[in-house]
Amino acid sequence: MDHLVTSGAWGLALLQALLYAALGPLLVGWIRKVKAVLQNRRGASVLQPYRDLRKLLMKEARVAHTASPLFRAAPYVVFGATWLAAATVPLVAVDLPTAAIADIIALVGLLALARFFLALAGMDVGTAFGGMGASREMLVSALAEPAMLMAVFTLAMTAHSTNLATVVDYHLTGSIVLRPSFLFAFAGLILVAIAETGRIPVDNPATHLELTMIHEAMLLEYSGRHLALMEWAAQIKLVLYGALIANVFFPWGIARSLWPSAVAVGLVAIVLKLLTLGAALAVAETVLAKMRLFRAPAFLNLALLMSLLGLLSHVILGVRA
Amino acid sequence: MDGALLLAALAVMLALASAAVSLAAAQQPQVLRLLAMPLLGLSGLLALGAGLVALVAGGAVTATLPLGLPWLPWCVRLDALAGFFLAVIGVVTVAVGLYGPGYVRTLEHGRESLSALGVFTGLFLTGMLLVVLADDAFLFMVAWELMSLSSYFLVAFQHEHAANRRAAFLYLLMAHVGGLAILLAFGVLASFGAGFAFDAMRSADPPVAWASVAFVLAFLGFGMKAGLVPLHAWLPEAHPVAPSHISALMSGVMLKVAVYGFIRVVFDLIGQFHWQWGVAVLAVGSVSALMGVLYALMQHDLKRLLAYHSVENLGIIFIGLGLALIFLSAGHGLLGALALLAALYHTVNHAVFKGLLFLGAGAILHSTHERDLEQMGGLLRRMPWTGLFFLVGCLSISALPPFNGFVSEWLTFQAALQAWHLDSGVLRSLIPIAAAVLALTGALAAACFVKVYGVAFLGQARSRHVRRARPVPVGMRAGQGLLAALCVILGILPTGVLTLIGDIPRQLLGGGLSPAAASDWLWLTPLPAEGVSYSAPLVVMLLAGAIGLALWRLRHAAVRRVRRCAAWDCGFAPPTPRMQYTATAFAQPIRRVFGLLFHVDESVESRGHDGTRYQLVVRDRAWGLFYAPVAQVVETAARRVARLQSGNIRVYLGWTLSTLLVLLWIIS
Repeated sequence: MDHLVTSGAWGLALLQALLYAALGPLLVGWIRKVKAVLQNRRGASVLQPYRDLRKLLMKEARVAHTASPLFRAAPYVVFGATWLAAATVPLVAVDLPTAAIADIIALVGLLALARFFLALAGMDVGTAFGGMGASREMLVSALAEPAMLMAVFTLAMTAHSTNLATVVDYHLTGSIVLRPSFLFAFAGLILVAIAETGRIPVDNPATHLELTMIHEAMLLEYSGRHLALMEWAAQIKLVLYGALIANVFFPWGIARSLWPSAVAVGLVAIVLKLLTLGAALAVAETVLAKMRLFRAPAFLNLALLMSLLGLLSHVILGVRA
Repeated sequence: MDGALLLAALAVMLALASAAVSLAAAQQPQVLRLLAMPLLGLSGLLALGAGLVALVAGGAVTATLPLGLPWLPWCVRLDALAGFFLAVIGVVTVAVGLYGPGYVRTLEHGRESLSALGVFTGLFLTGMLLVVLADDAFLFMVAWELMSLSSYFLVAFQHEHAANRRAAFLYLLMAHVGGLAILLAFGVLASFGAGFAFDAMRSADPPVAWASVAFVLAFLGFGMKAGLVPLHAWLPEAHPVAPSHISALMSGVMLKVAVYGFIRVVFDLIGQFHWQWGVAVLAVGSVSALMGVLYALMQHDLKRLLAYHSVENLGIIFIGLGLALIFLSAGHGLLGALALLAALYHTVNHAVFKGLLFLGAGAILHSTHERDLEQMGGLLRRMPWTGLFFLVGCLSISALPPFNGFVSEWLTFQAALQAWHLDSGVLRSLIPIAAAVLALTGALAAACFVKVYGVAFLGQARSRHVRRARPVPVGMRAGQGLLAALCVILGILPTGVLTLIGDIPRQLLGGGLSPAAASDWLWLTPLPAEGVSYSAPLVVMLLAGAIGLALWRLRHAAVRRVRRCAAWDCGFAPPTPRMQYTATAFAQPIRRVFGLLFHVDESVESRGHDGTRYQLVVRDRAWGLFYAPVAQVVETAARRVARLQSGNIRVYLGWTLSTLLVLLWIIS
């Protein structure tokens, strides 16, 4: 019986990982659709990102003469590390075995690994734009990463564990208390998520104006299946951050057992949560303008400050358990 | 005599033998490469063996040497802590022994004295081994001075450049100020313990005030050697100018000997813990970590950049030690042991990856004669093996999973997150701030190594001699490969390492991690009660699985072929090497954001027909804030004293007479 549960849990974990990969393009399509409606455009179908990926996967990949082997390896590493990071975040059900493999710190580390290779790939061909994108990406992440760690540490110190499943479980079982530390951590994590997934106002995923690009500048030289993997990884990262925010701060609905009914409820809940978050992001992107690069540190310092305030207010106000 | 101690003694003998045979290198240059270097590597291997045996066996072995003064014999002792540091010294020395022969070959045609290089390398290793083995203050200080002095000659090896001589002198000066502080700390402890033997000091129980004096002196002395901010300024001057395999030994190992000294004196000999000490260590460690990485980002001399990263990593080690002191002072033995283990784990990790990176920098220097990042580029295709190993080093030092740097930072974070156990609200809020600094440091280190690897190994060569770089000899590759493999192993099997070093806190503090912590090779669960886990083997397996799945899926992609073409670059003119981002340009946004912390001189000079010249100098603020005032005070004092020097012999005789009278008066 125990064995059966374990293998069932692993199976569900695998399904959840596949679900991350499947939901990525959908969430991006949804955000684009909402944005289009808000801007009085008709917009492409929600399924358009799937078609784009399929098209890119079928195309021939072209690689610059000056590219090294690292350039061709990077998309696989970026995709694998991002996907593995996503697999450790509870999406549909808590207490899956994948959640124990890597805690929040390892999650941040895996994302950093993906970013490291992404930035290196940007510098590989030796074009000015690639280096520019890599330099800016590392600046943004250098400021966003500590903010993210501080925000999750606030949650971890409340639940006394850096394990995401434990954190989610703790919130579900505990009584609903509005902690000031959580509000700060929530605000901090939202700001970090916007910066890390390259959305307005830090970066603009739709831009092709060379001097304003961050993420896109690193992908300029990619084509075909390499580009598809990079794009897909970025989409998975967006779902990852969405699921992280949704399930940690609003965990209700997530399945706590492996019964099909509970899992079905969990699936519906997470899809609804992601759709809401996506719509909110689309509204924010419509009303905000992109910042100049050197305003971004102020934005990220705000995130760091929020997270640190959250941590300190937890430490100072929190009751010892 | 016990087996481990015998091995250690043999290691010391071989290091001395390596020094002795090098004397012949003056006539026969190849002696260094064919005999001295293999002996050095063998000595490292024996030290590694001795360390591992001591770690596995547990317990402590002591012996008295037939050396020293009649009433003050030299004692040696090999316990788990000493064994751990012997192993750390040994492992890097083995890699250097493999790497050295290829590297020194180019020096055979130079004008520098090869026998000096060999003799002082052997003595340097002897000194480090003896510091770790010493069981009394006398032998400790003798070995410490042997280590400092021989490394001075290694720093001054290429003494024809004035900058190298200056760096070496600064190093000598700082080493001796530090040595003086350590001697005074031992003096305080010895006066309470009635003797210079460590056992006597250990059993003594000095009052808090004197214990604090001893702590401050030890922290000053060992911190100076470890290059902690604000006493670090000598380190980025001295480490890079030595030959690269010596830089690897200095940054990778000698700094660890300072960590050893600090742990031995504070955790073992003083044996008291006060939270004020912990806060001081934590604060200095955090500042060192942050300033070290920020200054490293501003460098474009590869070896100098790596030296600044040593400041950063030693800062991280001292964050761990500070946490250990705080937890131990509050009576949380288990958490103190966790923080200490995190610091020790980072010690071995830093030794391995910093050794690897310095050997890589040496390989680049060997084949291109270039240390300046701005001249490099495209080396991955010229030197694929060095490129691969260097990448492993970059990933490890940037604390990325599944490599070793991540494990020790993970452990440090886990220790910091246990701050809620403490009663004091001040400490509970200070420790998370230190954790925030650690997080910032890790992210900035990643930015720095993207810069290093991207500029040096990727893109196109920025100068002609770099374009003609050739792969280095097999031995040099083997040395790097050994350390790179260790980076991976230490990253993937942390539980094995923790089991091995788990005895150290048990011996030092009488408490350790519970056996359950490391019972399972698959799961790293330092605090089982907290339900925290990290499984490096599974991360690697699943990462490989995810990548494999992507590759397998794409096997069926319609077009498998990859076509080579010119770079796209948004359709602008084809990029030339001059159009690439430089190391300085890469770090410019960070320089702008953290501008206040640097001393930046930026100027644009228009020179008529020659075009415009842009100059940027980033200086260390520690010079202006700390070193320059001290130097000025010393100089002013010296000038005052120099007034005695009137040039008149009668005045001199008068001074001599009065000195004699005063001395006679004191004696009578």
